[in-house]
Amino acid sequence: MSELASDRQDPVVGDPVIEVRGLEVTFTGRIGLLAGLTGKKAADAHAVAGVDLTLRRGEVLALAGESGCGKTTTARAIMGLIRPQAGEILYEGKPLGRNLKAYRRKVQMVFQDPTAALNPRQTVYEIVAEGLRIHGIHDGPGGENEEQLVARALSRSGLRPPERFYLQYPHELSGGQRQRVVIAGALALDPEVIVADEPVSNLDASVRGEILDLLMKLRRELQISILIVTHDLGLAWTVADRVAIMYLGRIVEIGPAEDVLLRPEHPYTKALLDVVPEAGGLDRPILTGEPPDPTRIPTGCRFHPRCPVVASGRAAELRIEARCKGEDLALRTLAPEHEAACYESFLRHEGATTV
Amino acid sequence: MTVLSVRDLAVTYRSKSGDVPAVRGVSFDIHKGEVLGLAGESGCGKSTIAGAILRLHSPSTQIEGTMLLDGEDVLAMKPGRLRAVRWTGASIIFQGALHALNPVKRIGDQITEAITTHQMANDRGAQVRAGELLEQVGLPARRIDDYPHELSGGQKQRVMIAMALACSPSLVIADEPTTALDVMVQAQVLQLLKALERDLGLAMLFITHDLSVLVEVSDRLAVMYAGKIIEEGSARTVFTNPVHPYTEALAAAFPTIGDVRFRGQPAGLGGDPPDPQHIPAGCPFHPRCPSAWDDCERIVPELWAAGSDRRAACLLAEGAPATARTGEPAADR
Repeated sequence: MSELASDRQDPVVGDPVIEVRGLEVTFTGRIGLLAGLTGKKAADAHAVAGVDLTLRRGEVLALAGESGCGKTTTARAIMGLIRPQAGEILYEGKPLGRNLKAYRRKVQMVFQDPTAALNPRQTVYEIVAEGLRIHGIHDGPGGENEEQLVARALSRSGLRPPERFYLQYPHELSGGQRQRVVIAGALALDPEVIVADEPVSNLDASVRGEILDLLMKLRRELQISILIVTHDLGLAWTVADRVAIMYLGRIVEIGPAEDVLLRPEHPYTKALLDVVPEAGGLDRPILTGEPPDPTRIPTGCRFHPRCPVVASGRAAELRIEARCKGEDLALRTLAPEHEAACYESFLRHEGATTV
Repeated sequence: MTVLSVRDLAVTYRSKSGDVPAVRGVSFDIHKGEVLGLAGESGCGKSTIAGAILRLHSPSTQIEGTMLLDGEDVLAMKPGRLRAVRWTGASIIFQGALHALNPVKRIGDQITEAITTHQMANDRGAQVRAGELLEQVGLPARRIDDYPHELSGGQKQRVMIAMALACSPSLVIADEPTTALDVMVQAQVLQLLKALERDLGLAMLFITHDLSVLVEVSDRLAVMYAGKIIEEGSARTVFTNPVHPYTEALAAAFPTIGDVRFRGQPAGLGGDPPDPQHIPAGCPFHPRCPSAWDDCERIVPELWAAGSDRRAACLLAEGAPATARTGEPAADR
């Protein structure tokens, strides 16, 4: 079959499946014709500015942050939908070459809006079979024919009995069923990895749990690794093994979900957790200011202009303020598996090593 | 003091494929200085209620029941009176702040338009008032000459809130006011709305599908399903100790971080919200309900008492008539 599958070792849960190294994506600034004639230049947006990330076999990794933090761009770069300015992506230890076709079969994407992702003029059967046809797959590993592969993908996605859905069009389905069709399209190709960008945020609240439950089941039963891009830390708590928090194109904290969400190190992670709505009321402090602008990256720690540790004078007290404002910093391991990029955290874990 | 009193409200849209009963008998009161949260999923009728209160629906839409705004019957108002009441009696903050502002008009002019139209002040006075309103919603008064494109999403929503407050209405309806905003900005806007409610003694109807947001801002909570309120009570008890299985499922969609019951256990309901044109017989929720038994298919539940200051439209509620439940006893909840 594909070169990706042929020389693969027995998959071991926990081994790296996808490794992202030094990823940088910059979008060139665009400016109107008249302004351009006057010699003005638009600023480039540094959407992803040096991201290292490993997705392990059989894990659910959540990539979280505010809009504009670069989480979706990172996911799209992993899918090969955006060509990065720098850095590389490795699949099972090998860098992605020019030919992404075999890779795209193994790494499938699920988008936020199933209505937009489905062709309204295709039947469910055609939608699910399309990937198989593109990749020239006429029979499965066990000699199944196309219809059997489509039927299996649909029933694995919870659309049972599958035959009932073959001839339906997307508009005849509910939002939850549409997202299941999208997932079935991905599953038909027997992927190793699913990259899901806000997979439930367009769905009704009561339906979300079912779709998340489906993703969890795919991980459990088929050892599929899942990267979920989300703004919702509650969702990360429900499904993720590990959580990575992004701010202005960088990962500022990553670790096991329990550590990151219950014992956060980075002040930005703490601020994000503070705004998760809960019955506690609205009396807690909220970060002021707008989501950061990737065309204007602050010096030093990117978060320092909004950082409560700096604003409260605590950074000055600890004699780290100059570094917060002037010296860029990388993630350090502060506890087993738990990394963060914050001078205050470094002080608290004196002796932490640079990664 | 009761600002809005709604009784047996029913709203039916006329469509080519037949009548669509979007709201099927809803009653509630909102008092001065109180936030009523209205929760539910798309198609449950919650935004239809918002439109009905200000009679924003097309004339072909059939509205039944009574709605008293400051004691005056909204459905009996003549067009001129209705125009006067919109903005001054009640105003709406819509979800699409990003698109609701006129892009070629300065925001100050958009705010003063509402004030001068209702003859609340002359031009000069309206300018001053607009500046005050911007300060009140946390924007510097000098932004009065900005165009909408110069503002961020959160700032635009603040302008919408300032407009809603421009004519000092007694009722503000907020229909998904933070849904399009980022998490951090959402929290800022919620904090602002809550502060305004407290400082100005507003009555507020807050509509959203996000139960966790409603719990933060609301005093009382009403949960809708298929055009009816199916549970109501004080916001915190409804969220933390739901009686109706639908409320329970809705609450589970917004997990508490740190609560091990949610860890690795996404909880959801099978099925989808019903089509308003094909509402199931009996309890409309029974086909999706994990606790349903035979009686649920034939008994249409009413809002029965379910503890102190609580009501739920479910046979599991304390005040429900005794039924011959087969299988597990009703006392298991």
